Amino acid sequence: METLDHAAFLTDEAAATELLRLVTCGSVDDGKSTLIGRLLFDTKQVMADQLEHVEETSERRGDGYVNLALLTDGLRAEREQGITIDVAYRSFVTPSRRFQLADAPGHVQYTRNMVTGASTADVAVVLLDARHGVIEQTRRHTYIAAMLGIPHIVFAVNKMDLVDFDESPFRAIETELTELASRLDVRDALAIPIAALPGDNVVDPSERLSWWDGGTFLERLETIAIAGDRDAAHRRFPVQWVIRPMSDEHHDFRGYAGQVAGGEWRAGDEVVVLPSGRTTTVAAVETHDRALDVAVQGQSVVIRLADALDVARGDMLCDPADAPVVARELEAIVCWMSERPAANGARLAVKHTTRWTRAILDEVCSVLDVEKFEQVPADGLALNDLARVRLRLAGPLLVDPYSVNRQTGSFVLVDEATNETVGAGMVLSAAP
Amino acid sequence: MTSKAPLVHLSHLDVLEAEAIHIMREVAAELERPVLLFSGGKDSIVLLRLAEKAFRPGRFPFPLMHVDTGHNFPEAIEYRDRRVGELGERLVVASVQESIDRGRVVEQTGPRASRNQLQTTTLLDAMTEHGFDAAIGGARRDEERSRAKERIFSFRDDFGQWDPRAQRPELWNLYNGRIRKGEQVRVFPISNWTELDVWQYVAREELELPAIYFAHEREVFERDGMLYAASEFVERYPTEEPFSEWVRFRTVGDMSCTGGVRSRAETIAEVVGEIAATRITERGETRADDKVSEAAMEDRKRLGYF
Repeated sequence: METLDHAAFLTDEAAATELLRLVTCGSVDDGKSTLIGRLLFDTKQVMADQLEHVEETSERRGDGYVNLALLTDGLRAEREQGITIDVAYRSFVTPSRRFQLADAPGHVQYTRNMVTGASTADVAVVLLDARHGVIEQTRRHTYIAAMLGIPHIVFAVNKMDLVDFDESPFRAIETELTELASRLDVRDALAIPIAALPGDNVVDPSERLSWWDGGTFLERLETIAIAGDRDAAHRRFPVQWVIRPMSDEHHDFRGYAGQVAGGEWRAGDEVVVLPSGRTTTVAAVETHDRALDVAVQGQSVVIRLADALDVARGDMLCDPADAPVVARELEAIVCWMSERPAANGARLAVKHTTRWTRAILDEVCSVLDVEKFEQVPADGLALNDLARVRLRLAGPLLVDPYSVNRQTGSFVLVDEATNETVGAGMVLSAAP
Repeated sequence: MTSKAPLVHLSHLDVLEAEAIHIMREVAAELERPVLLFSGGKDSIVLLRLAEKAFRPGRFPFPLMHVDTGHNFPEAIEYRDRRVGELGERLVVASVQESIDRGRVVEQTGPRASRNQLQTTTLLDAMTEHGFDAAIGGARRDEERSRAKERIFSFRDDFGQWDPRAQRPELWNLYNGRIRKGEQVRVFPISNWTELDVWQYVAREELELPAIYFAHEREVFERDGMLYAASEFVERYPTEEPFSEWVRFRTVGDMSCTGGVRSRAETIAEVVGEIAATRITERGETRADDKVSEAAMEDRKRLGYF
C-alpha cells in the first residue's frame, strides 16, 4: 500500500483547502458502503490497522474478497444485524480538498436520517444501480436533496461493470436524471458512471469507460465550486452570546458574539435589531484578537454596535433595508422524526437560530406520499413524514423562507415532555 | 442565493473553527453549569484556544476540569498548571487516587493494571459533586468507529450512560441542549476534526504543546509491539527490559496505557509530516485500552466513559 505524499500537507495551501460537506444517499444494494470504502481506500485514507481489521472480518464472513464496505462498519447492533441505523460522519482529505461525509442509510424508513445528513451538505451524492436505472428511491433521494436546498447533486451511476461498461444504458439514465433534476429545480446536477467494487472511475480513470470524458467521481467532488453558494445578499446575525467583561481593562466593552447567518458584515453598516426594531450602526466586526474588514456567512465573530442598545441572545441583527419577517405564524415543511406521532393542536418547543419559543401545530395541511410524489391529506404527523404544516407561535421568530437562507429558514421542534428533538422544519412562508 | 464571486476565502480550518466556536457558545448559553475537560493533551489545548476565541475579552463561562489518574506524564501536568495560570481561569482537579482512597473504585494490580477505566467513576462523581450538567471534551469522530455515529451534543442518563439508539437528531447548526435535572450532556466541539486538522491548527495558531509530543530520548520498554515509558506506575514483566529510545507520544493518556512511537520529529512540521505519512490510526497505534475487544470503546462509552 502506498502512503500519502506527506510533504503536501505541510504547505500553506494544504492548510487553506476548502471543506466540502457531502451526504451520500443510497442503500447497501446500490453499493454505497463499497463506494465510500473505495473512496477512502483509493485516496489512501485507510490505515494499516483498519485494513487489517477489514481483511480479517472479510475472511471470517467468507466474503471471498477484501470487502471495502466494512470500512464503514459502525455500531455493534448494526454489524450484528447487517444494517445501518444511523448517520455516520467521516472525513477524508486529498491534496485539493478536505471532505466531511455524512453517510445516511437509504431505506424509506430512514428519511429522517437523510434529512439530518442533508441539512448541512453542500453536495448530495445519489447512488443508482446501472442495471435498474432511476427507481422510486432515486426520485425520493433527489427530492429530499432538493427540498433541503443542497445546491449540487452528483448522481453516481454504479455497477457499470454489470452492464459491460456500455455507454447506451448510462446515457438513457443520464437523460432521465437530467429531466428529474430540472423538474425539482436542482441548480447543478451531473451523472457520472462508476464501478465502485472494482474501482473504475471513482478515484482513478478507467480504460473500460473510455467513452466517458467527464472526469472521475472524485475529480467532480474536488472541483465543484461551493464558495459562491453562501448567502451574501441577506445580512443576518443571530446573537448567540453577549460578551461583557466589566473588567477594569474592558470596562465598557459590549460585544455580540454569533455566527453570521447571511450577508457581508462591515464596520459602518446600518443595523436593525429584531424583534425590538431599534436601529444603529456596526462599530466593529472582530474576532478575539483582531478587527475584520468583512465577515461572511459561516464565520463566528463578534459585532460591536455604535449605540448601547439592549440586545440579548435570541435577537437578530439585520439589514434595515431588507429585514426578515417578525413572524407569529409559519407555513413550513416538517420532517417528523419521532416514533410518537403528533396530531393537530400539538404543542411543541421550537428552536430557530438562537431563539426558543413555543408553537401550536395548527394544521397538518398535507403529507408527501414518497412513492407517488403526491401531497395527500393528513391530520397528524408520523415518523418519517414530510408534511406541509401551519404553526402558530407563542413569541416572534425572525425568519426567511428556507429557499432564501438555510440558516434563518430552518428550525427544530422539541417535545417539551421528553426534551427530544422530534421534527425539523423548513419555512415556506411567514406572517406577523 | 447569489452566485457572485466569493469575497472571503474560508479554509477548512476556518470553517471547522467557526463551527466549534458556535458549539461552545451554544453550550454556555443553553446549559446551567458546563465544564471544559482539560488534560494537557493537544485536543484539549485546541479547545482552550477555541474558548478564548469564543469568549474573550470576557472570562470563560465555565471552569476547566482535569480528571487526574495520578499516573500522568509529569510534562503534561507541568504544562496544565502553567497554561491555566496564563489564562487566569479556574481549574478543578478530580482525582482517581481519591476515588481509590474513598473506596469508590478498586485499583487493578499487576503489570497490566491501568487506571484508565477508573476515570469514568471519578468523572461522574466530580460532575455530581460540582453540579456540572455539561462536559465539553475534545473527542473526535475520526478516533474510533463508534464515535463516527456519536452526536456533537451527546446525552447521558442519570448513570452517565450513552444509548446510541436514542440520540437526538442534529440538523443545520441547531443544537438542542435541553435536559432534565440529573441528566448530563457531553459536548464535542471538534467532533468533525481529524488528527491532521488538529495538528494543522496547532501549527497555524502557534500553540505550545507539552514536550512529550515531540521526539525525545527516554527509557521505554516494549509490550505487544508498542513502546511504553518506563515508570514507577507500570509494573514490568521480567522479560520487559527497559532501554533508551527516541520516541514521541501521540496522546497524553495515562502512562500505563499510552504508548509512544519511534520518532525523530522535533518540530510541529516534522510531526505533521509523520502523521500525514503514517499508516496506523492514532488510537490503534498507541492506546492499549482500545485493543481489548472489537467494540471496546463502544462498551466503555455505554458505561459513561468520555
